[in-house]
Amino acid sequence: MSEKENKAALKLSVASSPHIGSVDSTPGIMLDVIIALIPALAAAVWFFGARALTLVLVTVASTVGFEALYRKLMKLPMAAGDLSAVVTGMLLAMCLPASTPYWVAVLGGAFSMIIVKQLFGGLGKNFLNPALAGRVFLFSSFPALISVYTAPGQRLSIWGVDAVSTATPMNALHNGRLPDGVSIQQLLVGEQAGCLGEVAALMLIVGGIYLVLRKVISPRIPLFYIGTVAVLTFLFPLGGVARVDWMLYNLLSGGLMLGAIFMATDYVTSPVTPTGRTVYAIGCGALTVFLRYFGIYPEAVSFSILVMNILVWALDKAFMPHRFGTPWFQKKAKEASK
Amino acid sequence: MVHRFFGGVHPNGNKEATERVPISPLTLPVPQVVLPMSQHVGAPCKPTVQVGDEVKVGQVIGEPAGLGAPIHASVSGKVVAVEPRPHTSGSPVLSVVIENDGKDTPAEPIPIPAPVEQLTPQQVVDIVRAAGITGMGGAGFPTHVKLSSGMGKVDTIILNGAECEPYITADHRLMLERPEKVIQGGRILMRALGLSKLIIGIEANKMDAVEALKAKAPEDVEVRALRVRYPQGSEKQLIQNITGRQIPPGGLPAHVGCAVFNVATAAAVYDACYEGKPVTRRIVTVTGKAVMSPVNVEVPLGIPLQTLVDAAGGFKGAPGRILSGGPMMGVAQFDLTPSVIKGTNALLVLRAREFTPTPKGELVCIHCGRCVGACPMKLTPLFFNQRFLAGRYEELEGLRILDCIECGSCAFSCPAHIPLVQSIRAGKMEVRRLQAEAKARAEAAQAEKKEEVSAQ
Repeated sequence: MSEKENKAALKLSVASSPHIGSVDSTPGIMLDVIIALIPALAAAVWFFGARALTLVLVTVASTVGFEALYRKLMKLPMAAGDLSAVVTGMLLAMCLPASTPYWVAVLGGAFSMIIVKQLFGGLGKNFLNPALAGRVFLFSSFPALISVYTAPGQRLSIWGVDAVSTATPMNALHNGRLPDGVSIQQLLVGEQAGCLGEVAALMLIVGGIYLVLRKVISPRIPLFYIGTVAVLTFLFPLGGVARVDWMLYNLLSGGLMLGAIFMATDYVTSPVTPTGRTVYAIGCGALTVFLRYFGIYPEAVSFSILVMNILVWALDKAFMPHRFGTPWFQKKAKEASK
Repeated sequence: MVHRFFGGVHPNGNKEATERVPISPLTLPVPQVVLPMSQHVGAPCKPTVQVGDEVKVGQVIGEPAGLGAPIHASVSGKVVAVEPRPHTSGSPVLSVVIENDGKDTPAEPIPIPAPVEQLTPQQVVDIVRAAGITGMGGAGFPTHVKLSSGMGKVDTIILNGAECEPYITADHRLMLERPEKVIQGGRILMRALGLSKLIIGIEANKMDAVEALKAKAPEDVEVRALRVRYPQGSEKQLIQNITGRQIPPGGLPAHVGCAVFNVATAAAVYDACYEGKPVTRRIVTVTGKAVMSPVNVEVPLGIPLQTLVDAAGGFKGAPGRILSGGPMMGVAQFDLTPSVIKGTNALLVLRAREFTPTPKGELVCIHCGRCVGACPMKLTPLFFNQRFLAGRYEELEGLRILDCIECGSCAFSCPAHIPLVQSIRAGKMEVRRLQAEAKARAEAAQAEKKEEVSAQ
């Protein structure tokens, strides 16, 4: 081949460095979250019946469908490929009770995707966790419809909602006492009344470990969140309950595990800087305990995380990493002398 | 004591193709060489020859005008052109073109005034300058400037054999095959700085090179195996790793009492001080899935990149991207006409699947923070990209964009494949423009004030 021909045959692509990248992708990360939710979902189906699964399918269909509808009407490129709507749908169902009417779930999905996510610009732009905001919207709009907690083991058929309902352990804790007849072991495996995804603490932890091993999340946020709740409930038990019991019941009841592992770690609505993340997680934990003790609702995790979501922008600004090559302590003096 | 640099990433090494291939001399004919007058950090050189001049190997053909180092003819023959020619950086650079007469007639060697052991620091600086030695690791900072500015300030001298960029094995083979030159060259630099200990840092994926150097190391030389993590070979990170010291923003290694030289630079110092040879050749790794037989080849400076590809047996299949340098920081080439310069440590000829293709469609940042975790300079690359795309350039400086070393760890780790480094480079240009504008405004205000004063 002569040099000229050779040159003519060269079709080179030119771009800025780096020329290689990691194999991870946004859909891959979302898929990992979906996989991590499966153990807890399986426990929910085991305790609450087939309706738990259909409820998840309904919310996923709603979130994916409404996102697609919005983007079509707004003439935006389709985004279903990033799987984030599926994750939101699953998470939304995880924080609803199994007996939630399907139409309520559909409405929640629409609120999550259109009001909370798409109106702010879609993936990466929303400042509230869509699933949590959807849940809070439903709980404050239809408190009667979705506060019916099926007793564990009363498996619901797909269309059935009639079953023995019971109070959640959180109700008892909110009133300053331990729940009757529910052991720590039952809380761990998920034999308690509650929303789909909040009952099986052990399964949620398994999902969390999977996410940490896959490097999807760092353990920082869950550990600081749960740790803060543990410390505060240990230091300040209510109603004369033994400290350790009170702490363990508080850790394993309600939405704490689901919130700390899956909701507070949502990339879009949590800080990016290490110190920012620590402060954010401690804030979530402190608010959770505060609202559980003094709030009017028994459960406080969703409100706590949503409040901290609003502060993410400020936390990222306030807790920028320490500048490379600058001293830790003379910083103030130096700036003052300028 | 073990220190670690912050962040970093772990790309695939991909060094298997050439790490066991001995350095070979170039056997292909070199009809002519094109020597750009800009092969280093600083001002371009001024050509000292004219069209028609006869030159010898090692003869000075360009003298620095400001910060720089002289450039020498790499072949003997006749100067046929002095004109802008394609450069690996992407834009044409004034170059001296020499037609090779094939005789390799040597010029007078650099005068060495005393036996090497007895050279004074100033004599070493003069020899290093005369030999045109610049940092051979890629950046190309003139070595004599580093030496003279470091004298009296430096307490630690480090030879950089990290070679943390994937694919490249030029330094690895050099350390393995010519350990004596690396060590003795390093000791010359050490003595010139008035120090009595030399540290050589090598990533632990080259244990054979570590052993080879240890076997030849006298008592004043310490060979250290370093953690395999990119960007270990970055000056700031290497210093942090070895001494725990952090270079202040905008500072140089000398600010924290360190001087870092590439192992290939040390070998060039050896050639200059022991043999009176200026820099006219270098070792280049030619590799990638789109060349027949990847090689480490020692070539005269100024040969076209095409000759490197030929030295590796030509193309195998269609190349998709060709890089001068490694995949993390290398510069993509438009064609193979630019020539090999002092800092060209590798030519990567990549197949379509070996590099990340330019992403299509909307690239959505999901705020995962991986770029923040990967940044060895503790920066927040996602915010650079966000502010840059929003046109809020005035906020970039406060986010410390000028601290960025452009190592590419952020973009490498981004799951949305956002070209963060591209935004950062463009953002830096905007910041420098804003700074220049502010300076001009301040000067204008100052001048106005003066005028007012003088008018009164």
